[in-house]
Amino acid sequence: MSPSVNLLVGVAMGLNLLALGSGRLPAVIRAVSVQGMALGVMPLIMEHHFDWLVTVVAFFTVAVKGFVIPHLLSRATRAANVERENQPFIGFVPSLLLGAGGTIAAVALSRALPLLPEHTGSLLVPGAIASVLTGFVMLIGRAKAISQVCGYLILENGIYLFGLLLINATPLLVEAGILLDLTVGIFVIGIIVDRIQRAFDSLDTRKLTVLRE
Amino acid sequence: MKELLLIFVPVAGSALAAVWPSERTRPWLLPAVGLIHTVLSLWLLIVPPEVAPHAWLAFDPLARAVLPAVSLLFLACAAYGVSYLRVRAERPNRVFVSLLLLVLGLLSAGHQARHLGLLWITTEAVTLAAVPLLHFNATPRAFEATWKYLLVGGTGVALSLLGSFCLGYASLHGGGQGDLTFVALTAQGAGLSQPWVLTAWVLLLVGYGTKMGLAPMHTWKPDAYGEAPGIVGAILAGGVTTVAFTALLRVRMVVDAAGDGAIADRTLLAIGMFSMIVAALFLLGTRDMKRMLAYSSVEHMGILIIGAGFGKLGVGAALFHVWSNSLTKGALFLSAGNMHRAAGGRTMDEIGGMSSLTPYSAAIFVAGLFAVTACPPFGPFFSELALVRAGFESHHGITVGVFLGCLLFAFFGLTRLVFAIVDGRPRTALKKGGKRFPEDAGVIAPALVLMALSVWVGLATPSVLREAWAAAVAQLFPAS
Repeated sequence: MSPSVNLLVGVAMGLNLLALGSGRLPAVIRAVSVQGMALGVMPLIMEHHFDWLVTVVAFFTVAVKGFVIPHLLSRATRAANVERENQPFIGFVPSLLLGAGGTIAAVALSRALPLLPEHTGSLLVPGAIASVLTGFVMLIGRAKAISQVCGYLILENGIYLFGLLLINATPLLVEAGILLDLTVGIFVIGIIVDRIQRAFDSLDTRKLTVLRE
Repeated sequence: MKELLLIFVPVAGSALAAVWPSERTRPWLLPAVGLIHTVLSLWLLIVPPEVAPHAWLAFDPLARAVLPAVSLLFLACAAYGVSYLRVRAERPNRVFVSLLLLVLGLLSAGHQARHLGLLWITTEAVTLAAVPLLHFNATPRAFEATWKYLLVGGTGVALSLLGSFCLGYASLHGGGQGDLTFVALTAQGAGLSQPWVLTAWVLLLVGYGTKMGLAPMHTWKPDAYGEAPGIVGAILAGGVTTVAFTALLRVRMVVDAAGDGAIADRTLLAIGMFSMIVAALFLLGTRDMKRMLAYSSVEHMGILIIGAGFGKLGVGAALFHVWSNSLTKGALFLSAGNMHRAAGGRTMDEIGGMSSLTPYSAAIFVAGLFAVTACPPFGPFFSELALVRAGFESHHGITVGVFLGCLLFAFFGLTRLVFAIVDGRPRTALKKGGKRFPEDAGVIAPALVLMALSVWVGLATPSVLREAWAAAVAQLFPAS
């Protein structure tokens, strides 16, 4: 595993903490966008020889995760006129501590996991676990729909990192299909966020409490 | 070739619906495509095609054992959809018709997927295609339900993707090529890396279990089924859950080949019993008939999963139960939809006396009640009987005891709510003097046909179906 891959995963792990610690939605969206771009170029670095399909998928990933989705999300924040995550369910300092603890635990855990020799020194696995944990903390701990979407994106990024372990084994056709599904998924979520904003005049998920037992 | 037509015909129909100019005639595409799909799948049921072992998509015995049930359910719902969309002429139906057909195509692909990645892609695509169907009514409640469905369902499918990658890594770490077709994974068998197989099993069980609506991942289900139109609820409960169930059966086969079948069966039994217990308790408390159907669906998913944990005989019974449950649930959702439309409310506090307002729908609803609570002569009675027998033969007496206890509590809960709505003096949530809901053949016949099919599949199970289920069991348990 080349050091540049580890550097990019390290950047992604740092951005996790940034997203966890920040209450300003534009900053969270920017962190997710940079993380998406960093992950998008990784297949290019990992492949040893030029492959047009890899290039196309990488380009598509960077475009979607780095520009299209963040653009959709920032438009939604402007339309809803929300700038800050007020009163999250889990405060910023506790979620930051959870994230930092999770990152350390992820590094420790990945030493115990049975990995192939070429993956043992790499940050891919700890990065994946840390991002999945970060995603969960944000999904559970935030009240604004946009922050929850950002958490979902970080969760997806973590799974994508884990998927890179298999990059030489699975046909890229599968990867492309997965990416397409994720993209459509985020678009659909974006549309629903927009509808919720219009129906409830707010993006605060605490107001979504009519349906319960 | 016909097996690919099962996917392409609905997808082409979906594209056609998207460009079809007339709002009034567009819904007729639903039964047209549904009819072609049903004919094709019944044909393939009777004349099974050759399956190339390494094909990514094939009408293999497992697909053959369940997909025709989905076709029949869709056809009935499609016929109902024509009348339903005529009543709801105020809502544009382009997106609805188009996506409903796309869901059918993706369901056909998901049932036939023999590659872990492809299976994930199709189930995720079904999840997404169903989103606009859920908020067809465009009320704030519908958007709330959709949001919960997206967040819980999205997290579930994300975890099943992680699980799929773990299973791929199990193959790589065990010295394999990381080939994600089920045939290759099963062939590698004990060569798969054990820790990764178990990690993958947990993640995939949680992921596809969310899609099925197993407790405790069922929380989206009452909201989504409650707010969606009746036909969407029927297709979600009878078709989408089935795809997740067959996915779990295929993954279980790999885990079994890796030598962890006993662990997998134990987890299946535990989560199945938990789902049944949770569903039975909530059924005792709920006051809303559509949410009641959702909890009943959670209960029946628990039954399927318990069947999958009972070994060969149990899987056969579970495949039988897929048929009886899908057909019965369809009839219940459609008749509940009629009563909802006629009375303008869904809870026992708002409505009552439906037997005099909508006599036919109320009668079908009561018949459906006795069917889902496993009373003879309906299909679920026979499939659950087969399941109980499988449980005793595989020495799971305690599980069978819990299973029967939950059925009893579910019976109490369901009868309490159903008779409160059906019996008594007519009460509706609508203002007096509104237009009366016409209970014509278009909204009654589909539910009646589904009910009749449910009786037929139990009383006179055709030998071709028994043979198809046996072939699917033989596919899932290759060693013994």
